[in-house]
Amino acid sequence: MTILEFSAVVAAASLAAGFLGALTGLGGGVVIIPFLTLVFGVDIRYAVGASLVSVIATSSGAAAAYLKEGFSNIRIGMFLEIATTLGALGGAFIAGLVEPRIIAVVFGIALISSALTGRNAHLAGPAGALPDPLAARLKMNSSYPTEQGPVDYVVRSLPSGFGLMSVAGILSGLLGIGSGALKVIAMDRIMRLPFKVSTATSNFMIGVTAVGSAGVYLHRGYIDPGLTMPVVLGVLAGSLLGSRILKSSETQRLRILFAVVIAALGVEMIVHGLTNRF
Amino acid sequence: MGSPTGSEHRRRFAWSDLDMDRIIGTLLRAGVTAAAAVVFVGTVIYLARHGGETAAYHVFRGEPPEYRGIRGILGEMGRIRGRGFILAGLLVLMATPVARVAFSVIAFLRQRDYVYVLVTLFVLGILLFSLLRSG
Repeated sequence: MTILEFSAVVAAASLAAGFLGALTGLGGGVVIIPFLTLVFGVDIRYAVGASLVSVIATSSGAAAAYLKEGFSNIRIGMFLEIATTLGALGGAFIAGLVEPRIIAVVFGIALISSALTGRNAHLAGPAGALPDPLAARLKMNSSYPTEQGPVDYVVRSLPSGFGLMSVAGILSGLLGIGSGALKVIAMDRIMRLPFKVSTATSNFMIGVTAVGSAGVYLHRGYIDPGLTMPVVLGVLAGSLLGSRILKSSETQRLRILFAVVIAALGVEMIVHGLTNRF
Repeated sequence: MGSPTGSEHRRRFAWSDLDMDRIIGTLLRAGVTAAAAVVFVGTVIYLARHGGETAAYHVFRGEPPEYRGIRGILGEMGRIRGRGFILAGLLVLMATPVARVAFSVIAFLRQRDYVYVLVTLFVLGILLFSLLRSG
């Protein structure tokens, strides 16, 4: 295949991935890596590098839109970014130490769990955690706009949320994904923030987290311009299109379908990794 | 009807959280747009010169040294290399969240929120380490 053909096909697939990722809230990066590695046989290190950069693009684009709505909590985001960026830096270093097939297996597990939870899934966690005094001192408690006017919220279990954010950072750096699902779980279910605040703040954090590992990938020579170009431009265009379309019951069905595809790709990644085909 | 007190004075010159949101939103959009434009220029040059060659990404070789650091990438861009332009665009993309964090340092300084100035400086330090020193 020539470079022109390869670029066109990868750009088209990335556009579809970005579109479906934005529409379903599951993110586009999660399908791009299995697509590049399983279908095109691209080395997983190149695929992770390309995906990581596309994550920065979509997160920055979406964060700009979210900020306008006033749901993002910059203080919470900034504080938790200590955990995610340190984790991302660590994850990127781990990626240079382990065999590619190990990364493939971990990626498969992450895919299956993100298909099962999803970042739009809103499950009630255990109630009863008290408002966190440290969070209050850090002025994290705030309010968010609703149709009935601003509603106050308080932060709970900040240390546990911080811990889970480190894990989200490590996975982001190791696998080249945004780990939006895990970030939302940390804020929504553990710190008990309103769902809209969780998703908006998570999106706000994803780009910064990804830069924490992208530098390491660049210096290692994992970011190939020829491969990353169609992925970034495709995913960015696709996610911009996808975010323009209003979410409806149709997208709910689409989300389930997309989740099934992601889970199947996850199984495929694990099988490929275990049978040493990376 | 006295002169404005210290706190009123401060409030008028500090940015509210809403102002911060708006400025950061604009910053992010501008960064992504600029990055996409530079990558696009690189794409045109790259495909015009190398579009007919065979794609080979299944073998991992790693990028040559000139494509692994900021100075090398800018040098290749100066030589009007397509891949140099693409990577320079990707650097703009990576710099966008960094600029956002750097801006937040200034914003928290203006709000005299020194705890968050420290928090934000720490995050900024990690990002700069990753981009400049992790090689």
